[in-house]
Amino acid sequence: MAKLNINGKVLDVKAEPDTPLLWALREQVGLTGTKYGCGVAACGACSVHINGELTRSCTMPIGSLKATDRIVTIEGLSKGATHAVQRAWAEVDVPQCGYCQSGQIMAAAALIAKTAKPTDADIDAAMTNICRCGTYQRIRKAIHRAAELNAAPKGGKA
Amino acid sequence: MNVTRREFLVSSAAAGGGLALGLHVPFAMAADTKAAAAATEVNLWVAIRPDDTCVIRIARAEMGQGTLTGLAQLVVEELECDWAKVTTEGITPGRNLASKRAWGEMGTGGSRGIRTSHEYVRQGGAAARIMLLQAAADEWKVPVSELTVSKGVITHAASKRTTSYGKVAAKAAKITPPDVKTIKLRDPKEWKVAGQGLKRLDTRDKLDGSKVYSIDVRLPGMLNAAIQQCPVFGGKLVSYDEAAIAKRPGVKGVVKVDASTVAVVADTWWHAKTALDALPIVWDEGPNAKVSSASIAAHLKTGIDAEKAFAGTKKGDALQAISTSPKKVEAIYGTPFLAHATMEPMNCTARVTKEGAEVWVPTQNAEASLAALAESAGLPLEKCEVHRTDLGCGFGRRGGNQDYTKQATVIAKQFPGIPVKLIWSREEDTMHDFYRPISQCKLTAGLDAAGNLSGLHVRVSGQSINAWVNPNFDPEGKDRRQLQGMWEEPGDAQIGYTVPNLQIEYSMRNTHVPVGPWRGVNTNQNGVYLECFMDEVAKAAGKDPLEFRRALMANHPKHLAVLNAAAERAGWGKPLPAGVHRGIAQFMGYGSYSAAVAEVSVSAAGELKVHRMVLALDCGHAVNPEQIAAQVEGSVAYGLSATLFGENTVENGRIKETNFHEYRILKLAEMPKVETVIVPTYDFWGGVGEPTICVVAPSVLNAIYAATGKPVRQLPLKNQKLV
Repeated sequence: MAKLNINGKVLDVKAEPDTPLLWALREQVGLTGTKYGCGVAACGACSVHINGELTRSCTMPIGSLKATDRIVTIEGLSKGATHAVQRAWAEVDVPQCGYCQSGQIMAAAALIAKTAKPTDADIDAAMTNICRCGTYQRIRKAIHRAAELNAAPKGGKA
Repeated sequence: MNVTRREFLVSSAAAGGGLALGLHVPFAMAADTKAAAAATEVNLWVAIRPDDTCVIRIARAEMGQGTLTGLAQLVVEELECDWAKVTTEGITPGRNLASKRAWGEMGTGGSRGIRTSHEYVRQGGAAARIMLLQAAADEWKVPVSELTVSKGVITHAASKRTTSYGKVAAKAAKITPPDVKTIKLRDPKEWKVAGQGLKRLDTRDKLDGSKVYSIDVRLPGMLNAAIQQCPVFGGKLVSYDEAAIAKRPGVKGVVKVDASTVAVVADTWWHAKTALDALPIVWDEGPNAKVSSASIAAHLKTGIDAEKAFAGTKKGDALQAISTSPKKVEAIYGTPFLAHATMEPMNCTARVTKEGAEVWVPTQNAEASLAALAESAGLPLEKCEVHRTDLGCGFGRRGGNQDYTKQATVIAKQFPGIPVKLIWSREEDTMHDFYRPISQCKLTAGLDAAGNLSGLHVRVSGQSINAWVNPNFDPEGKDRRQLQGMWEEPGDAQIGYTVPNLQIEYSMRNTHVPVGPWRGVNTNQNGVYLECFMDEVAKAAGKDPLEFRRALMANHPKHLAVLNAAAERAGWGKPLPAGVHRGIAQFMGYGSYSAAVAEVSVSAAGELKVHRMVLALDCGHAVNPEQIAAQVEGSVAYGLSATLFGENTVENGRIKETNFHEYRILKLAEMPKVETVIVPTYDFWGGVGEPTICVVAPSVLNAIYAATGKPVRQLPLKNQKLV
C-alpha cells in the first residue's frame, strides 16, 4: 500500500513498493494513457511529471515516492486537452498511431515549462522519446507552435 | 452464399491482395448488423443520426497510416455530407462474416487499405446519396432531378424547401439501392473532400491519453498473462517449477501454451511478469542452438556462389555481355534481419467459454484474428468475435501470423469465462518477431567503350517469406517475391531501367529464424542493392548518377518523372554548403513510384549527419496529400532507423538484441528535414504507407559514397567505418 498524489488527488494504491509507477498507474489506478513501451526507460512512452520533472515511470518504484510528490499523468495535464502543447499537437496534426504521443506530449510540456521558447537544439536535447511512426518533424513544429501559443496575448498560459 | 470455414481460413490468411472470395455485396443491407447508436443504417458504409452526423463504416485497420481518414474522405466525396459532422465506426470480422463478407477484405497490409477498396467505398457513398435524395423527392413529390445537395442539406430550389440527411435517413433506408452499374463516380480531378489535405479524424483522444488501445482494455475480473517462448527458435519447453512461484503475490497459475511456450497468469501483469522472471524453466534448445550470424552469412554466401539460381528475369544474355565488355563492375551487398518494433508490444485479451470466444486485439487482419481465435478455442467461427482496436503501430507484424491471438486464446481457455490479457514484454517482442529476411546480393555490370550499361546480373541470396509461411513452398525456391522491385512487368514493383542484357536471380537460403513482411518488405533490401550499385556503375562509367539513370529510363516515364521531381526539388547539380553531399535513388513498390535525394555530411572522424531528404512519390490518386506527406516523413524515420542502427544478430540460435538499448531506433535529433513532393498522375491507384521507405537507405548510402568515395555495402552503418 502506498499513498500517491496523482493528478491532484491523494490515492491509496494497493501494490508492493517495488512496483513501477507505470504499472501502478495502469493496473491499480486505471490511468492507461501512460504507456508501456520498453520497461527499461529507453523509449519514453511512460513519461510523467513528478514535481514538474519529466520522469520515465517504468523504472520508478512507487516505494520511492512520497504522498507529497506531485505526479501528473497525461490525463491530468489539462482539462479538455487545452494545454498549449496539446492544442499545438492538434493544430499540426502530429499523431499517427498515437501510442507514444502521451509520452511525447508530457516531454514537450516539461520542456516548454522550463524553456518558454525552445530552439531546435533545445528540442533535440529534450525530446529523446521514440516514435516508431516517425512523427518527429511534426513534433518539432508543434513544440515551436506551442511556444507561440503560450506567448500569444490571448492564448493563455498553459 | 455460404462461406465455409475452410474458405474463410484460406482467404483470410492469404498474403496476397484482392477480394479472394469475390463475395462483397456493397449495397445489400446486412440483415443482422447493428446500426450505430441512434443512427439509421442507409447502407453498409453509411449510417446517419437524426442530428445529421454521418457515421462512416471502416473495414480496414488504422495503425497510424491514416487510412481511416482517407477512406472516410472517399465515402464523403460521393455522399456529399458535411465533413464537420463525420464520425467513423469500425466493423468487426464477425459482423462481416455474418453478412457474407459484405464489407469485403479487412486485411490491411501491402499498402492496400485504400487502393483496393476505393471503388466500392465510393460507390457506397454515392448509393447512399442517391437514396437520401430519392427519399426527399418522394416526400416532396418532386422529381429527384430538381434537387441539389450540399453538405448534407437537400434543397428544392423551385419550392424553396430544404431538408437534411438526418431527417430523411429513415425513409432512405427503405428505398431499393441503385444498381451499381448506374452509379457514376465523380472524376477525381473534381474532388472536393477527397484529394484535400484534411486533418485526421482520429486525433483528439490521442492527445489526452483517453484512446483505448488493445493493451489498455480493462474488463471486470480480468487476469493478466506474461509469456516466454524458447529463446532459440525451434527449441522446446522441457519443464518448469510452478511451485517455486505459486505463492508469489497474485499468481493464479502457469500455463504451457504450446510446445515451446510458457505463460504465468496473475491478477496484474506486473505480478505475472515478475513471477515469470522468477520461474525456473528448462528448455531443450534443439538443433539450432549453435546457429550464429556468421554461420548464416556463410550459408547465404553459398547462394551467391552457387552455379545456378532461379532466374526471375532473363533478357538477352547478361553473362555473355558482361564477360565481353571492356569494363566490368562487381560488388556484394548485405542487409540483416530486422524486428518491426511496434511501439505497442504484442498483446491480446481473450475470453473463452464453451459457448463462445472473443478477443480484443490490435490486428492488421481481423479476419485472420477471427480464424486464429476459432481454431485455438476449438469453436466455430460464428461463435467467435474479434473486437478491433486501433493499433499502436503495425508495420506488417500484426498481419496473418496472429501468434499472440492464438496464445491468448489458449491461455484464456484455462480460465473459462474470465478475460485474460496477454502482454508480451519488449524483450519477448524483440526476440520473437517475424523478422525482415536477411539477404546478400552480388551485382555485376558490364560497361561498353562509351560507358553504357551493356549487361546487368543481379543475384539475391537470402531467406524467403513465402517459404516461412508455407514450408511446402516451392522447394527449388522459385520465389519472385524476394525480387520485389526488380520485376520486368509493369504495375506493381517494376524495375525502372531498360538494360539490353539483364539477369535477375534468387537463391533461396532459409534459416531457422522466422521471417515476415516488414513495412516495405523486399523493396527495402532490393532498393539498396540495385540503387547503390547503380551509383558504383555510374562512377565507373564516369557519369553523374542522375544522368546515368536518366539514360536508362526513357521507357519508364513514370519512374523517370518521379526521379526528376525529386532531383528538381532538391536542386540536383546546384552548389551545396561545404562538406555536404547528395545521393539519389529511385525504386518502385506497392504500385507507386518513389525517388529520394539525401544531403549528408561525413566528418573527418567518420560521423554521419543526414541534413535533408527530398522524397517524390507518384501514387496515382492522392486522397489526402497531408497524410501522404506524414507517411513519407514516417518512412524516412523507419528507413533511417534501419540504415543507421537496425540489426538483429543471431548468437547461440537466438536473437541477441533484447530491447531498445540494443535495437536502436531513430530519435528526433537524428531526423533530417524532410520535403515531400507528390506527383499525382490520376491514372492509377498506388499505395502510400510503404513505397517510399525503399529509397531512403540507398539515397543516404549514395550520398555517403559521394562524400567519401567509398561505397558502403553492408547495413547497418553503425558497424561501418565511413572514412
